[in-house]
Amino acid sequence: MAFVPIANTRSAAGMPTGRLAVWWVIASEIVIFGGLLAAYLIHRLGHPEWANYAVHTNTMAGAVNTFVLLTSSLSAVLAHKAAEEGNGKKAAWLLVATTVGAGMFLLIKSFEWTYEITHGYTIQTNGFWAFYYTAAGLHALHVIAGAIIMLVIAADAYKGKYLHRVELIGVYWHFVDLVWIFLFPLLYIAK
Amino acid sequence: MSEEQHAASHDGDHHDGDHHDDHGTHHSDYVKIWKYLVVLLVISVLGPELEIKWLTLITAFGIAFVKAGIVVKYFMHLGHAPKYVTYLSATALALMVLFFYAVSPDVRMHEGQRWENLAAKAEVQRGLAEGSGHHDEEGHGEEGHGDDGHHGDDGHHGDDGHGEASDHGADGHH
Amino acid sequence: MEHHDPHVDSHGDGHHDDHHDQGFWEKYVFSTDHKIIGLQYMFTGMAMAIIGGFFSYVFRMQLAFPGIDVPGFGMVSPGEYNALVTNHGTIMIFWVAMPVLIAAFGNFLIPLMIGCDDMVFPRINRLSYQVFLLSALVLIFSFFVDGGAFGGAWTAYPPLSAKAQYNLTAAGSSLWLVAVALEFVAFLLGGINFITTLMNSRAPGMRWHDIPLVLWMIVIASILFMVSVGPLIAGAAMLFMDQNIGTGFFDPNRGGDPILWQHLFWFFGHPEVYVVLLPAMGIVAEVLCINARKKMFGYKLVLYSVIATGVLSFFVWAHHQFTAGIDPRMANIFTVTTLLISIPIAELCFLYVATLYGGSIRFTTPMLWSLAFVVEFLIGGVTGIYLGASGMDIYFHDSYFVLAHFHYTFYPIAIIGVFAGVTHWFPKMFGRLMSEFWGKVHFWGTIIPFNIIFIPLFFLGMAGQHRRIYIFEHVAGLAQPHLQDLRVLATAALVVMLLFQAVFLINLFTSMFRGAKAGKNPWRASTLEWTTPSPPPHGNFGGNFPTVYRGPYEYSHPDHDEDFWPQDEPPAA
Repeated sequence: MAFVPIANTRSAAGMPTGRLAVWWVIASEIVIFGGLLAAYLIHRLGHPEWANYAVHTNTMAGAVNTFVLLTSSLSAVLAHKAAEEGNGKKAAWLLVATTVGAGMFLLIKSFEWTYEITHGYTIQTNGFWAFYYTAAGLHALHVIAGAIIMLVIAADAYKGKYLHRVELIGVYWHFVDLVWIFLFPLLYIAK
Repeated sequence: MSEEQHAASHDGDHHDGDHHDDHGTHHSDYVKIWKYLVVLLVISVLGPELEIKWLTLITAFGIAFVKAGIVVKYFMHLGHAPKYVTYLSATALALMVLFFYAVSPDVRMHEGQRWENLAAKAEVQRGLAEGSGHHDEEGHGEEGHGDDGHHGDDGHHGDDGHGEASDHGADGHH
Repeated sequence: MEHHDPHVDSHGDGHHDDHHDQGFWEKYVFSTDHKIIGLQYMFTGMAMAIIGGFFSYVFRMQLAFPGIDVPGFGMVSPGEYNALVTNHGTIMIFWVAMPVLIAAFGNFLIPLMIGCDDMVFPRINRLSYQVFLLSALVLIFSFFVDGGAFGGAWTAYPPLSAKAQYNLTAAGSSLWLVAVALEFVAFLLGGINFITTLMNSRAPGMRWHDIPLVLWMIVIASILFMVSVGPLIAGAAMLFMDQNIGTGFFDPNRGGDPILWQHLFWFFGHPEVYVVLLPAMGIVAEVLCINARKKMFGYKLVLYSVIATGVLSFFVWAHHQFTAGIDPRMANIFTVTTLLISIPIAELCFLYVATLYGGSIRFTTPMLWSLAFVVEFLIGGVTGIYLGASGMDIYFHDSYFVLAHFHYTFYPIAIIGVFAGVTHWFPKMFGRLMSEFWGKVHFWGTIIPFNIIFIPLFFLGMAGQHRRIYIFEHVAGLAQPHLQDLRVLATAALVVMLLFQAVFLINLFTSMFRGAKAGKNPWRASTLEWTTPSPPPHGNFGGNFPTVYRGPYEYSHPDHDEDFWPQDEPPAA
């Protein structure tokens, strides 16, 4: 049984501790992705030839992935609603649906990348592709991490435990979706 | 278990009154919002088809901001959190904007007051010349290309000979 | 605004029962107790300080006696010299200053001073230490791999840091980078705990201006860290890829730019110095008030100055790049902001001095360290003004003047501030008192040599001596005897100073086991940590969590008989 300190139950700042912590995590992630994307944007604006390189990204794959993530965000927020209503089982299934979305995202991405790599667009090819794989790769790592944590929380929620965590992983998941909302035009549309 | 009670939140835990009812009444129609998001996505994908650059930028990035706002407001419930959360997120974003604008003069520009980034300019020319073919340029003979350093001196070890080294045959740009 | 959970007491008892039979491993190695974790950080940081200090001994011996077979090390090759200075700096900042000032004191003090039983996420707390320990081990491992330790300076500028053909330490460079990245992760994890705990878990009645300043400082430092390190984490990933998988993020021939790394690094690097400064100033604030028996002069002003410093710290970073060829118009802007930031810090120093004025000063060992901090840091700060002016920096950049400047800031932070904190909270941590006599011997044996080390370095810098050069015999202007004498003097002082640290170590360990027993409150202080037993038990307050009625520095209050007034003492009925 996990030891929960009294410290965790207080909320002098007007928000439950878990939610406060998740927003701080998001703040630190904003500057990580923000730094990477700012660096990308600076280079991209200074290197007009990157527009030529970017032509070869697979816009349809990116668009489908955007749709997948948006839908998974929907199931995540519906899971939150279910958890609020005390319905752990429903919340758990909705979280599982979200991780299925994560799995689809990763699957599509792996096909996409396999195609690109076998056709000579690797991370070493040029600056554009280096940023492409790094930014999308960092995002994918966050998708994987989020999905794993989500499954753990879903398992608990199914048994009616720690339902407040459903909302927390949801907030994190929406952030992952947010990053992709910006990655999509940056990497796939701006050509 | 205080945590279950936390989730059900019937105690005076939160500053803004009864948390549970707050959320109960403020759960939006999430499916409807999702539909809007999908419509926006479709528009942003179709935008480039019209081949008007400024329009593409609006549909791609403008819509990205709109979608982001919708996700933040309705899915993440930022409006329900205490204001400092909004300020914190806004500050983080503002710092990234600061970073972008402060670094651009050095990195995005390839020439400025009395300097020229020859290596970067050559790279741009090479890329444009090759068109949209893909590069296979490992081992570009980096050393031969002037310097890996940026501005005619070697990175941060700028000694006293700073002034003269930077006129790399540039034409007095101001 | 505050929440008082009616279920607190029953939960407190229930949870305490879970921990009665903990074995050695669970209690001391895999503990989730913030106090143990704090001590783990502290001792790890001290061990790393010994390594970093040893490195400084070796490279200073090489400078004073070029070509010498250094006792305890051997001959110092140019590559080894570079590795020594690189890792000395890296260790002192990331593995000494940060863990001891933020993680050790933050972990130990925050729950105690705000009146709760632990951090809000004890297991993440434990994880943060484990990641930190791993990072230290990775760094140490990098010293022993083929090619040796990374020698590209703690700033790791590419292309030197990116290309093994230049740095000659392929494995060492990557391991160094991985170690630093892991350290960042550890502090991100820890920072979440500190910030969330301070924000949420305060005792009932503790308003924001009742919080002891040291906690404000530690948490603001954590916030600064979290918000500034992101771009560098991205940059470190990029550098790692340049090193190992052939990308060209920082190679202009491949569409990249080495200046981008500089900006990514210093955008973090400058706030980082305030990340370590603030906790040290916080420790000094506590010690000054307690030992002057006076409240802080202008608590709110101190806080606003600290916040102003934190905000401004994001706008000054390019003063590290004045000679890198940045746009001179940017240099102008950064000169102005850099000079501006000296204002809130000077304000802080004035407020500290004003706090002392009219106080009943007790010259205890912690007080000596705190007073020394103010004096020495002032020298560091003032010399920074010269460097902040971009014109002057053209001469001084990369000279020993810079080095002396930042040692007059970093040393007070990482060494003086730490000793102030350790000697002050030792009784609470271990339930015993350190020897005051040997504490003072250690103090003078450290402070006097410290100044003798670094004042000559200002003069060497003004004479044009360049940093990161392993030998000056062949440089005409710098090989003169009177300059070499200064180098020898500095080295001799360093050796003396390092030897005196033995006094501290002996005092520390002897007192831990055989020192006089300390009661709850040997310093007669009024903050909450002094209301618990020394050392505090698991859970800190035995289930009876305090309520706070007044500020943290109610010393010599006219309405009160005693010259200190504990925060949790109810008002007279």
